[in-house]
Amino acid sequence: MTNLLGYTFFQHALLASLLSALICAFIGTYIVSRRLVFISGGITHASFGGMGIAYFLGFSPLMGAAVFAILSGFSIQWLSNRTEVREDSAIGIFWSLGMAIGIIFTFLTPGYAPNLMSSLFGSILSVSNDELLWMALLVMAIILFFVSFYRLILATAFDPDYASTHKIPVHFISYTLMILVALAIVLSIRVAGIILVLALLTIPPTTANLLTHRFNQMIGYSFLLGLAGNVVGLLVSYALNIPSGAAIILVHVLIFILVKGFLAIKPKSN
Amino acid sequence: MNNILEIKNLTAGYNGKPILRNVNLTVREGDFIGIIGPNGGGKTTLIKTIAGLLPPVSGEIIFHFGDSKGLGYLPQVNTFDKRFPITTEEVILSGLMGKKGIFGKYTADDKKYVEKLMEKLRAGHLKGKSIGSLSGGQMQRVFLARALVARPALLLLDEPSTYADNQFEAELYELLKELNEEGLTILMVSHDLGIIPAYVKSIACVNGELHYHPSPEITGDVLKIYNCPIELVAHGPVPHRVLSRHEVEHNSQSHD
Ligand SMILES: Nc1ncnc2c1ncn2[C@@H]1O[C@H](COP(=O)(O)OP(=O)(O)OP(=O)(O)O)[C@@H](O)[C@H]1O
Ligand SMILES: [Mg+2]
Repeated sequence: MTNLLGYTFFQHALLASLLSALICAFIGTYIVSRRLVFISGGITHASFGGMGIAYFLGFSPLMGAAVFAILSGFSIQWLSNRTEVREDSAIGIFWSLGMAIGIIFTFLTPGYAPNLMSSLFGSILSVSNDELLWMALLVMAIILFFVSFYRLILATAFDPDYASTHKIPVHFISYTLMILVALAIVLSIRVAGIILVLALLTIPPTTANLLTHRFNQMIGYSFLLGLAGNVVGLLVSYALNIPSGAAIILVHVLIFILVKGFLAIKPKSN
Repeated sequence: MNNILEIKNLTAGYNGKPILRNVNLTVREGDFIGIIGPNGGGKTTLIKTIAGLLPPVSGEIIFHFGDSKGLGYLPQVNTFDKRFPITTEEVILSGLMGKKGIFGKYTADDKKYVEKLMEKLRAGHLKGKSIGSLSGGQMQRVFLARALVARPALLLLDEPSTYADNQFEAELYELLKELNEEGLTILMVSHDLGIIPAYVKSIACVNGELHYHPSPEITGDVLKIYNCPIELVAHGPVPHRVLSRHEVEHNSQSHD
């Protein structure tokens, strides 16, 4: 195990685990608290369209995915707020539209199979320097935003109607969060893939919510639980030679079950 | 007394479709106005328009107090998510967000004032609890505290006694009267026609239009003159009908 740390790819994977745990702690807590899990699923799958086009045209798939993720997030909100279309229907439309575009363009790109596999299932063991840099930048942006606007984020997320009776920039807060959610999803796809990334954002906060009903503590616990799950999952995947994304998610679920079980058998205090 | 709020030729409604027409009302510092009217008459629409949640279809709403004072608002129906991870104090403190500006932080004084308010509203024991674990009446106290925490110049209350038990209802109105005597201007929607005349200073009846009645008495005549088709129910076990039947038919309100 110790000489494993000597490999650059493993150091990168550990760093990605840490950064992803931080991203998912803040953004995941927000998504879970505001019940944005399904819309996040839509954004995730829509971003595949951007990735496919980027592969085909030969520019950064991360960029393509980010553009599609942000546009789909806003489009879903616009469709459901301003037109007769129900929100879950709008999500369903963008979900499959993105996948359809993605599949067509990856298919048209020579040697598409490896791209497809890593987009769908992720591969934390092949995270590049660039991707780590982007993740670190996103972590800084998220922390800066949450530290500066924590009160407003909490109040706007809890009761947006009431928040808008005050002279505070409700739209600025919620639109910025929408962009951060989209970017968090895109950068976490590397870790768990399109199919599994939602679990990375929802399981640690859900487990944390078993332990606390305070938003800020939920972020803290999510980080610790997320980091533990990511690292243990990484080691398990290496030891058993199984796909890392799936191993990480399984460990997260296992932690959830353990915490839930422990709380169930623990004699209730007071 | 100075004017605190002027409503001029206001038409209010949803998506440009009017519900309330031609509303004119001047609220002076120290007023305590009870807003009555049938279900669907437009009371909540009026309060939301004043609170800034609904853009006016036409007309003007002018406030005569600085941004630092602002208004406190207690909604009739709370749209929040009961499972949201937030504590009662955090909810109450969020009433200060407008006053604090964008980057401001809550101070120890703010937190002390929250505690004082919770005691005053008999909600002291709810400290530290998550909002989802409270009963309807307990939540109502927390939201009332949120409306009061910024020490507003004008308080908008949309049926504050909805979830209150008999004892708290009496306490609530006493407290509002006390706050009013200390200088707080209050606009309160209520269906408690039997009780509010003892507390409010004037009445406005809202039923598609607004009719202002400068004294607190609510009698059958008052309701008739102001086209306010609501049943006047004595505060006791035997309800008696004051208005003619055909006017009452429009609303399916029943008292038993
Ligand atoms: N969001 C909305 N969109 C469209 N119409 C609405 C909306 N909310 C209320 N209305 C309509 O506006 C009218 C007035 O409603 P409002 O809620 O203001 O009544 P109210 O006087 O507060 O009644 P209550 O005593 O039942 O609280 C009703 O006819 C209602 O159908
Ligand atoms: Mg109403």
